[in-house]
Amino acid sequence: MSRNPLIVFEGVSKSYTLHYHFTGGIKNFLFHLPSYIRKARSSSYCALKDVSFEIRRGETFGIIGKNGAGKSTILGIIAGVLKPTRGKVAVGGRISPLLELGAGFSFELTGRENILLNGIILGLTRKKVLDRMDEIIEFSGLGEFVDQPIRTYSSGMLSKLAFSVVTSLDPEILLIDEILAVGDLNFQQKCLEKMMSFKKSGVTIVFVSHSMKQVEQICDRAMWLENHVVRAIGDPGTITGEYSSYWKDR
Amino acid sequence: MTNKKKVKSRNLGYFKDLAIILTQKEMKVRYKNSFLGYLWSVLNPLAFAFVFFVAFQVVMKIHMKDYVLFLIAGLFPWQNFTNSINASPMVFLMNSTLIKKVNFPRHILALTLVLHDSVHFVLSIPVILFFMFVYHRVPSLSLVWGVPALLSVQILMTYGIALFLASLNLFFRDLERLTTILTTALFYFTPVIYSETMVPDKYRVLLKLNPFAMLMISWRNLFLNGSINPVYAGAALGYGILFFCLGYFFYSKLAWKFAEVL
Ligand SMILES: Nc1ncnc2c1ncn2[C@@H]1O[C@H](COP(=O)(O)OP(=O)(O)O)[C@@H](O)[C@H]1O
Ligand SMILES: [Mg+2]
Repeated sequence: MSRNPLIVFEGVSKSYTLHYHFTGGIKNFLFHLPSYIRKARSSSYCALKDVSFEIRRGETFGIIGKNGAGKSTILGIIAGVLKPTRGKVAVGGRISPLLELGAGFSFELTGRENILLNGIILGLTRKKVLDRMDEIIEFSGLGEFVDQPIRTYSSGMLSKLAFSVVTSLDPEILLIDEILAVGDLNFQQKCLEKMMSFKKSGVTIVFVSHSMKQVEQICDRAMWLENHVVRAIGDPGTITGEYSSYWKDR
Repeated sequence: MTNKKKVKSRNLGYFKDLAIILTQKEMKVRYKNSFLGYLWSVLNPLAFAFVFFVAFQVVMKIHMKDYVLFLIAGLFPWQNFTNSINASPMVFLMNSTLIKKVNFPRHILALTLVLHDSVHFVLSIPVILFFMFVYHRVPSLSLVWGVPALLSVQILMTYGIALFLASLNLFFRDLERLTTILTTALFYFTPVIYSETMVPDKYRVLLKLNPFAMLMISWRNLFLNGSINPVYAGAALGYGILFFCLGYFFYSKLAWKFAEVL
């Protein structure tokens, strides 16, 4: 692990504009233009407030916090799919896709076709994915289901698929959002082992999880998000301990 | 950032692989089977050619030699255009999981849609040529450069409009039906089933304002006479560039918000 930070958040805030009023369609929009514009201006929701932290190259960084705290928003900003409203973000390195629940890209395609699609989108060449296909399928443990359309998959199977594709990449940054929660124990174990081996080879991992045990087990540092702000950053054992006792006391 | 450089250097191969895989996905999702998709892209304009032939020549008795051939030479390129346009509002919505997870150039999704339909169009050109033989016409050699030239203009124009509709639909969600209505209306305002010379003199100048008229007239003349009117084709190119710039500008202003509204 080197000293120089790979991911830097400096005073980052993120507000979502609430667009539900637009979904009435263009006709409604045109007929009620002034009131829509007023509403659009006023209704935004602040998901992150003045968040600052640094993640060093090769570090495994855990993020904990209750639902809606803003964990996924942070990962989305790191992945570059979301844009912060305020603040500075610097990310240097090849990023894996956001691994999250219900992952899997095109529901009409089979598992195998999704592996190819994902691999290419993530920057592998077609040939490379095809070369590694057997290995990926082997890791996923999906067996014959790999040739079924993924709309028939359970959420556990979907995260197996998503995680397996990533194992065949060589990312510099791995973003993991709660996906280990749904796989069976056997697969969870396999994933943790794989993450350990990624870690050994110097991959930077940002790991969002509700399992305090997993966070303690593999993270070098952890961050606790509470109500859209950073509550604490530090040693994973300490942070998870504080977090658990905080919730016990309530 | 070193990362930027790395991304640049692998760009070309990456774009190619990405475009191919997304096009294949598009075919799978839209038609389940790429051959059926092709068959559909041939049968659809042929069926319409038959319908218009019956309505206008058999029933209404308009005077035009080889009307069926005339229809076919216009309906194939028109259908290439409307297929992409009508599907374009859904193109980002259908790929929402992708857009939410990976930061890749999203406009490529609209491009693959347009390319996918264009591939079908190119593959259906032999059908047009077959009908030319049936009507004892000899296809001109100028097709060899004319088809790529007009197709480029058409892709540019369609891509621009598709980017615009696909981006806007993320915020309004009901553009799909509106788009179909508009393309249907446009169809009748564009000389596809009638010729530009049948338009009354005082309205003919309006044709120049219709970007699609310029393009469709050029296509038909290319197939039937082997010639391209440089004024018409030039106007189509001008409109194409304009639409592309507008569509891309609009897209680039909104793209950062896509993952939020999906
Ligand atoms: N696309 C969105 N539009 C509007 N609000 C959103 C959007 N995504 C998340 N939010 C809101 O932002 C807050 C933080 O969400 P998120 O980062 O997903 O939390 P977490 O992953 O910690 O559960 C939540 O209250 C959620 O409702
Ligand atoms: Mg979340």
